[in-house]
Amino acid sequence: MEDYGFLSQLVQYILTGITLGSIYAIVGVGFNIIYNATEIINFAQGEFVMLGGLVMITLVNFAHLPMPLAFLLTVIIVSLVGLLIERLAIFPLKESSVLRLVIITIALSILIKGLAMFTWGKQSFALRSFSGDTPIPFLGASVIPQTLWIIGITVVLVILLSIFFSRTIIGKAMSACADNPEAASLVGINTQRMVMLAFMLSAALGAVAGMIITPVALMEYDRGALLALKGFGACILGGLGNFYGAVVAGIILGLIESLGAGLISSGYKDAMALAVLLLVLFIKPSGLFGSAEVSKLKKF
Amino acid sequence: MKKSILFIWSFVLTIVLISPAAICQAAEPYKIGCVFAITGPASFLGEPERNSAKMFEEEVNAAGGINGHAVKVIIYDTEGDATKAKTRVERLIRKDNVLAIVGPSRSGTTMAVIPVVEKAEIPFISCAASIKIVEPVKKWVFKTPQTDTSAVEAIYTHMKKDGLTRAALLTGTTGFGAGGRVQLKAVAPKMGITIVADEVFGPKDTSLTAQLTKIRGTDAQAIIGWTIAPPQVIMLKNWKQLGMDKKFRFYESHGFGSKRYIELAGGAAEGVYAPLGRVVFADILPKWNAQREFALNYKTNYEKKFKSEISTFGGHAWDALHMLRIALEAVGPNKAKIRDYLENVKGFAGTGGIFNMSALDHCGLDASAFEMVVVKDGKWALID
Repeated sequence: MEDYGFLSQLVQYILTGITLGSIYAIVGVGFNIIYNATEIINFAQGEFVMLGGLVMITLVNFAHLPMPLAFLLTVIIVSLVGLLIERLAIFPLKESSVLRLVIITIALSILIKGLAMFTWGKQSFALRSFSGDTPIPFLGASVIPQTLWIIGITVVLVILLSIFFSRTIIGKAMSACADNPEAASLVGINTQRMVMLAFMLSAALGAVAGMIITPVALMEYDRGALLALKGFGACILGGLGNFYGAVVAGIILGLIESLGAGLISSGYKDAMALAVLLLVLFIKPSGLFGSAEVSKLKKF
Repeated sequence: MKKSILFIWSFVLTIVLISPAAICQAAEPYKIGCVFAITGPASFLGEPERNSAKMFEEEVNAAGGINGHAVKVIIYDTEGDATKAKTRVERLIRKDNVLAIVGPSRSGTTMAVIPVVEKAEIPFISCAASIKIVEPVKKWVFKTPQTDTSAVEAIYTHMKKDGLTRAALLTGTTGFGAGGRVQLKAVAPKMGITIVADEVFGPKDTSLTAQLTKIRGTDAQAIIGWTIAPPQVIMLKNWKQLGMDKKFRFYESHGFGSKRYIELAGGAAEGVYAPLGRVVFADILPKWNAQREFALNYKTNYEKKFKSEISTFGGHAWDALHMLRIALEAVGPNKAKIRDYLENVKGFAGTGGIFNMSALDHCGLDASAFEMVVVKDGKWALID
């Protein structure tokens, strides 16, 4: 039998941490996209993740569609849910206060969770891995292929999103809305369209997070809230509204959880992640990468 | 006068047709109260219990009731909440005037209603697991589920038999997991088991790789997982993925009693051991087994009626109600006599085990209520 030394253990903890962190990062970025466009914290973000997982399961396990097609369809379906939410619940109340809109998203999350419970029931569902389950040995640790998918897809998403925001007209228009909606509309950007787009994009991101985590962690109707909480933590730690901040902070949180559970105590891993979060906020209230000046300008 | 003859004939016919019902109605129905966590966080317990209670009422009444009395089962939802459980129980006692109460589903809610039933002096059979319910013995309080301690003993006994003495614990922070952890640690020294790792995790955790990696670095021989789904399945996947299945044997708790979990694990459950109540695999029990017929009947009828797999939880309500049925058949609607009868139940082969109640033991089950099974080719297999 192989000997599992400290180094191989450490590698395993770090890999686990990065995997968990990637999911938190994607969810955190989803929060940021909507926040930037509307200043709303969308508490239904976790529900997008849950829907992503469950819709994918339905398409693959019950409709027997090939994985890539199911992946694409799930992104489209969940984006449409995001669109629906924005059109039915957020758009009609656009003159409303930010706080009221935030509370509406809480109501929406409860509603979506309830509908998911009626549709899929309370039990968990499994999804097969994207490319087999044979672990790959790496520096004494075992890497599950799905881990590579999770990390790889996160990297691709981050690259695509940064190209989108810095190179494309729509992306730039969205950034402009985020910086100054009034000025943006003065130069002819349809800000309402951008808000709608933000909801769709954020729902799509949530769906991707849900789909890549399900083969590892199963999925059921009430999983969303906790993932949203962790993603929200990443988003705050990185600085609300800061896109790269959420990615880095997500991975930091994942690493703290995993290393904390492995090296110190598994009972306190969530507490440790939260303690670090609080500590950072005490020292730097705008988050690791947030700017205090920008956050002063925001309403929420 | 043809018309009047026709009238008389139809009158007679009507009387004849409705007479069995009429006789049943003539005798006062026996009322049994039930309180289950049908909705809320423990609905996975309450739902099958409610279904079982409904099925009990139908089956008993279809067979002519108890000594000619129809049975009326009154079911209330506690939502898994202690305060609600208390008011529902008070309502059953005061307004509905029931002869006995079955439920609640959770240990916490059970502890909350015990003072009420003790004061009202009404036979009470809980469907919750905690040993605290019947220890110390309370005059009117009984319970049907096996205690955690018995499951722990069953696991340790099996380990010892194969010469394994070092265990790593992997328990959830839910009530079920935490309760199991306490018993696992308390019983270990008595049975000569050393606990070399004690890892915990949250009920919604997505990966247990860190905890298992830590266990991999120890000299444990067996891992004991104690939780409810989904971590129950995730831990098995991680155990296989980390290549730990060759070095560490895996035991799940008696909470693993659903074929769905084996399916969800997608092959990762192969070789996993679990101490289970026999009702889950009644179909593979040998013919001579005392519980086989009762458990298999329940399983077959339940699965046909509700189109869903049985769980051990529904069985706890089923056992409690049938024990009450036997008591009512023997002593009639007298609360004190029902209690005395329950305390002396011997050799009742229910779904949860063979009950032998006594003045000192109001649960009546020991480690033999569990059968150690192993997952083989995606199915439960008995260990001979």
